[in-house]
Amino acid sequence: MTIEIANTKVIDQYIRQDRMPHIWCPGCGIGTVLHALIRSLVKGGYDMDKVAMVSGIGCTARAAGYVKMDSFHTTHGRALPFATGLKLANPDLKVILFSGDGDLVSIGGNHFIHAARRNMDITVICVNNFNYGMTGGQMGPTTPTGARTSTSRSGNYEPSFSIPALAAASGAVYVARWTCLHLRQLENSISEALTRKGFSLVEAISPCPTVYGRLNKQPTGLDQMKYYQTASSVENGADPMKVGIELNGKITCGKFVDIERPSYLEMAGFDKETR
Amino acid sequence: MESQVVLGGFGGQGIILAGFILGQASAIYDHQSATFTQDYGPEARGGACRAQVVISDGTISYPYVQNPTAMAVMSQEAFTKYTPELARVKNPILIIDEDLVKPANYTAKYYKIAATRIAREMGRPNIANIVMLGFLIGVTGVASAESVKQSIRDAVPKGTEELNMRAFEQGYSQGIEAIKAN
Amino acid sequence: MSNNGHLSGSFYFNGDIACAEGAISAGCRFFAGYPITPATEIAERMSERLPEIGGVYIQMEDELASMAAILGAAWGGKKSMTSTSGPGFSLMMENLGLGYMTETPCVVVNVQRAGPSTGLPTLVAQADMMQARWGAHGCYSAIALCPSSPQEMYDYTIKAFNLSEKYRVPVLLMADEAVGHMSEKVTITPPEKLKLVTRRKPTVSPDKFNPYQPDADLVPPMANAGEGYGFHVTGLTHDERGYPVMTPQAQEKLVRRLVDKIDKNRDDIIEVEEWDTDDAEVVVVSYGISARIVRYAVELARKEGIKAGMLKLITVWPFAESTIKRLAPRLKSFIVVEINAGQIVLEVERCAAGQTKTVLLPGMGGAVHHPDVILEAIRKAAK
Repeated sequence: MTIEIANTKVIDQYIRQDRMPHIWCPGCGIGTVLHALIRSLVKGGYDMDKVAMVSGIGCTARAAGYVKMDSFHTTHGRALPFATGLKLANPDLKVILFSGDGDLVSIGGNHFIHAARRNMDITVICVNNFNYGMTGGQMGPTTPTGARTSTSRSGNYEPSFSIPALAAASGAVYVARWTCLHLRQLENSISEALTRKGFSLVEAISPCPTVYGRLNKQPTGLDQMKYYQTASSVENGADPMKVGIELNGKITCGKFVDIERPSYLEMAGFDKETR
Repeated sequence: MESQVVLGGFGGQGIILAGFILGQASAIYDHQSATFTQDYGPEARGGACRAQVVISDGTISYPYVQNPTAMAVMSQEAFTKYTPELARVKNPILIIDEDLVKPANYTAKYYKIAATRIAREMGRPNIANIVMLGFLIGVTGVASAESVKQSIRDAVPKGTEELNMRAFEQGYSQGIEAIKAN
Repeated sequence: MSNNGHLSGSFYFNGDIACAEGAISAGCRFFAGYPITPATEIAERMSERLPEIGGVYIQMEDELASMAAILGAAWGGKKSMTSTSGPGFSLMMENLGLGYMTETPCVVVNVQRAGPSTGLPTLVAQADMMQARWGAHGCYSAIALCPSSPQEMYDYTIKAFNLSEKYRVPVLLMADEAVGHMSEKVTITPPEKLKLVTRRKPTVSPDKFNPYQPDADLVPPMANAGEGYGFHVTGLTHDERGYPVMTPQAQEKLVRRLVDKIDKNRDDIIEVEEWDTDDAEVVVVSYGISARIVRYAVELARKEGIKAGMLKLITVWPFAESTIKRLAPRLKSFIVVEINAGQIVLEVERCAAGQTKTVLLPGMGGAVHHPDVILEAIRKAAK
């Protein structure tokens, strides 16, 4: 089914207008990613009464409070196990996890690898802006080596995680990455991810001009988008182990993993999912 | 009327299971009050372990053995550790596995059975606990033999019921004999 | 087995297994957990039983996840439970707080062992009682029950579910190793005699539904995910719509209600047992396994002609203030027996308010009190 989305009014009905304005900074990419997700849901013809969004804590996690559907803004890092309980209690729900990078792979890292290992029937949208934005731009596990943050003023000396590598190695059946510049591709990947049984992940590289960008010579959203434009290359099928992002380095985009293996619901023998 | 029974040995001998079977026999089939508690350490095998069963025709407030009326021990360590408690009681009944316990310095009367050897001769050393339980029931009568047999059937792995029945009978008949000889 | 997996008759169960069966009788159909001594047998039993009856057992990666998962499952419409002991209970505190804030019904079982830290994994303690009351940060009121036998593990697990569904709150079953690992006869309540409570559902259409608009008893009706209400739930301070509101006024209103919905319904929630308190000069207060030992010691004291009585706290939280206040003026002394360095004694002392003495018989853990120690304290207090 294809639904043309001519204007924002179609999107607006899935946003809690009484919660606007949102808290996100000018130039931030989270709204862009949320927009892509809602377009994917609308185009996919999903019954929104059967879609639930779960998030943890952070700028990205605030999205759960803005969408007009059953939505859960939980604790830092614990959104995935919460979503796991929700999904298993009612397998008819389409459960979407909307998370920032620190929430997902730092404090929630253990839950992330285990949800992927189980091939839990959840779609994860991860907005990666390389730092903790809400608390003022601290370094995290996705911060590229050398990047300056408020807790690595003279440059981060830790190696960083590549989220697609982590997801693929842990067992995710669908892994894709795009930047906020690649709107159409991002939306298409989310659409695909939503249809996959098991654990699917779409990473969206996002500007955070207010803190990360400001400290790393990209002080506006536009600066960061320009960086994505010049540094991105689309390599569908690229080895997810080789798509790590260095400071101001190349950003490999595309669909890296799209495989089939029995999902948790199938393995456990209670696959009642209708989609 | 209250009986306080201690089973002692080392981890892996089935001491805990034997205690559970006795408690279950008393509580469910003899319609007595019966508590079963266990002492154990982190070891699944080896290490001293103890099962305590309190059986009463009234209610049991204190679920632990204070004054053991009967004690069966299947290791030297258990003998050393637990038998001093028998000094608190008049005419306690002590039972030992004669191949595993040397009752040094124990001057009071005691009963003995080669439970482990009998089990080995039956082809399954791990039913020594049931042989010992049978002997204990034969000697003390703290629970009825029929109830204990029913409890064994409930508690042992499917397919091993008959073997366990024979193990119980072996111990039980020797227990009856030992009482007659007394 | 009959009736949707409900056992019938009497069984020889240890407390842990009785707890699992109580959960099943109460309608629990989701369990998330992580192995830990001495609570593992609950998870093992649930892993065996739930799939037989259409329920879900999942072993999570840790206790943080277990607690989060049972909250999620509760919002998915299931009655849910987890079980743990000391170290795991500490890990659950964060999401337990989310449960209080979001008013999520669920049951958390802590089979207490001796701590702090790893402590004595296989041996008894009752030293998490204040953690049960205050362990999650922030203000809230908690409900915690303490069983003294395998039968009570069964009965109070059902009661815990009923209270959690009625008041929309995580309820803590604060068991201990001694009760968890002790076996005794447990009689299963026949399904037709069970009194089960399930969460109150919204009575208004989705467009008029405010997920945190309380009824007169201060408890809001609860919609489950997927029922078309399109509600938002957050751990942030929120208004009746469930929307975050970052003001002291919103905090006052919400948190006041979270506290009051327990405290103002305390007469409905609190359950205690009194023995021989009518003419007693000394009343021994205890809970969990200690209550059995105290009962024995009090019986011995009565045989000596000492006017001793006992108060067993089934509901430790909220605390039975009115009972202590009623008894205090006519006693020579309260004695509090607990396997910790002195926790519930503080509450007894507070409520006795100087009207009588309060004596503590502490225990650092690893063993229950010897009845002689309690008897001696009763003799001394009665003089």
